[in-house]
Amino acid sequence: MIYREAGQFKTSYEKDSQIFPIAQDRYAVVALLLIAFVAVPLMATPYVFSAILIPFLIFALATLGLNILTGYAGQMSLGTAAFMAVGAFASYNFMLRIEGMPVLVAFVLGGVCAAIVGIVFGLPSLRIRGFYLAASTLATQFFVVWCLTKVPWFTNNSSSGVITAQQIEILGFKFDTPQEKYLLVLAIVAIMALMAKNMVRSTVGRSWMAVRDMDVAAEVIGFRIMRTKLTAFAVSSFYCGVAGALYAYCYLGTVEPEAYNLDVSFRILFMVIIGGVGSILGSFLGAAFIVLLPVVLSVIVHYTGLPNSVTSNLELMVFGALIIFFLIVEPHGLARLWQIGKEKLRLWPFPH
Amino acid sequence: MKFKLSKLLAISAVAATTALTGTLAAAQEQFVPILSYRVGAYASGGSGFFGGVIDYFNLVNANGGVNGVKLSWEECETEYNASRGVECYERLKKKNGGAGLVEPLGTGIAYGILDRVAVDKIPMTTLGYGRSDAANGKVFPYVFPLITSYWSQAAGMIKYLGDKAGGLDKLKGKKIVHLYHDSAFGKEPFPVLEAYEKQLGFQLTKIAVPHPGNEQNSQWLQIRQANPDYVILWGWGVMNAVAIKTAARVGFPREKMLGVWWAGSEEDTIPAGDAAKGYTTMTFNTPGNYPVIDDIRKKVYGAGKGNLADKDRIGSVYHMRGITAAMLWVEGIRNAQAKYGKGKVMTGEQIRWGLENLNVDEARQKALGAHGMFPTIKTSCEDHEGSGATKVQVWDGKAWKAVTPNWVMGDRAMVQKLVAESSAKYAAEKKITAACAAG
Repeated sequence: MIYREAGQFKTSYEKDSQIFPIAQDRYAVVALLLIAFVAVPLMATPYVFSAILIPFLIFALATLGLNILTGYAGQMSLGTAAFMAVGAFASYNFMLRIEGMPVLVAFVLGGVCAAIVGIVFGLPSLRIRGFYLAASTLATQFFVVWCLTKVPWFTNNSSSGVITAQQIEILGFKFDTPQEKYLLVLAIVAIMALMAKNMVRSTVGRSWMAVRDMDVAAEVIGFRIMRTKLTAFAVSSFYCGVAGALYAYCYLGTVEPEAYNLDVSFRILFMVIIGGVGSILGSFLGAAFIVLLPVVLSVIVHYTGLPNSVTSNLELMVFGALIIFFLIVEPHGLARLWQIGKEKLRLWPFPH
Repeated sequence: MKFKLSKLLAISAVAATTALTGTLAAAQEQFVPILSYRVGAYASGGSGFFGGVIDYFNLVNANGGVNGVKLSWEECETEYNASRGVECYERLKKKNGGAGLVEPLGTGIAYGILDRVAVDKIPMTTLGYGRSDAANGKVFPYVFPLITSYWSQAAGMIKYLGDKAGGLDKLKGKKIVHLYHDSAFGKEPFPVLEAYEKQLGFQLTKIAVPHPGNEQNSQWLQIRQANPDYVILWGWGVMNAVAIKTAARVGFPREKMLGVWWAGSEEDTIPAGDAAKGYTTMTFNTPGNYPVIDDIRKKVYGAGKGNLADKDRIGSVYHMRGITAAMLWVEGIRNAQAKYGKGKVMTGEQIRWGLENLNVDEARQKALGAHGMFPTIKTSCEDHEGSGATKVQVWDGKAWKAVTPNWVMGDRAMVQKLVAESSAKYAAEKKITAACAAG
């Protein structure tokens, strides 16, 4: 009843091709952004900012990056954390070695470096597919982390390979408190998510999906496979790179290359699978599921009064069971669940 | 789905209210968050260490607390994962009147909260790991690598090997292999080993083992060919047992192997079986039994409050490290109370002062029932480590035994020079003016 599009007529091409064609969606998104930008900063505690919201947004961005590659362009990758590492260490070096480097530019350049690495390691995708490609992207993961610990220049000759993120300062304004960092991360993630949403609706995005659905057919109707696949790698790595830089600058502060290990890559892949393959919204839902659920679980389980050795294991078991439950109930992820809900809402309250 | 979610929210809301009321009741207790890990690959170490901490806390409370102030704590599972650890830290730091201090027992987590502890004014101890240069309290006022750091350990190793050869100058021309876990952890001792290599003229070969290290045939063949006089094993987790077993297979004497202290627990040697006999490692505890451990057996485990599920692990390497850590924290708290008011709950800032002015000499150790269990410690603003001494222990097939009767001390001046250089670089990068924090 509330969610009904009857009476909303599209009278121009612009209106027909806008991002959120249904008015209610538009209002909802605007409301959500208002809440995120205004209400949340006014109400949330530092704990919520620095332990929940910031990592959630950063992982959502990385998931978005992987989703572009895996969900839209159909290329499996297990090197997400490596691209994040490239972004973080590149941003660090740009900040360190170039006097007066603006931090936002450093993030972008970090992303560009990640994109270049992504293109190089995306080259095998021209020949191999599926699981074989996944295995070859594993090489990225190991190579990048190895390279960062091996070459002292990347870490400014730190004996143990640890870097410390510099102070974030934009136009003389210092981002120190969790609240300020949250707003910075939120702004970057919101803009990049909007860009991604537009990109997947454009020629580029359509070519990715064509390649994903059947690359031979896509080639026959005139898509250039090489360019399509490599742009997917580049854009995806760019997103991951920026996420990695934010992870270092706005979340951890001091990082070693090990912070970007294979576990992180797997976590992000799970976020894509649980959130919804090939969905922008799914990236956020998946990140929320994997980042927030363990926290909620641990809070709940620890109030049961069981000894800690039991609760720690219980937490893991419940988490695993929930993942299996969701994958059985909805193999297309939380985004699909949301879509079904929306379709039901349209008919509600008279489904017949 | 909607229904379930609201139910979850309701439960967590109830949980939050109970937490709130709990805070009011526990206002007169000194709160310490315990960022423990009891699941995952490093669970055996985590459960032993944090079990020791909690056992000692229970002992202190059974004896009436610190000048009447009881200790309270809450555990949070980090899974040895940096982002989970940061979440735990953020969750617990303000609870129950605020955290007094924190110890994550994991390099990744320690780095993740390194900047935060300075802002939140909560001291962090890193016993035997973490940044070695954090020993400089002028740059890292809130970080305490108490007892000894990786650099002190590396210096202690060379000193011990030199003594074994009959003097440091006898190391000239000897071959030493540094077999290390290929990570920040394994590379940490490079500056010290390289400095010694130049100074003493031995031949250092560095061989990396990729994580996790469950296949080391090629590395040990390389070692076999080089035929070194000593092998330093800078490993952790499964890598240690594999190294010991592979050494046995290629016939390299275990007596010539010297492990890092994270390669020197029962969890590392028992899986290697008989192959581990004669294997030596560094440590910062003297293995054995002490009155304090008997006290824990009697008053804590006797009352059914013991934290370890397996009582055989009481007094094991990790358990003893946990007890040592907790003992030093309580000494820090007691020290702070002596200055800021006995019988009061101390803030993180006050405990920081207490830790910076620790003086645990032999008399104090005797009073604590831990004479000789760890080196004597005297901290200051310039030296947050407080000792730098280490010990060498050997596995006799059933238990660890101390090899060196006295504490082994490497070249302190050299380590301090490296600490000063490295921390100055950090200060420059972070634009920190190095200065002692006001009392």
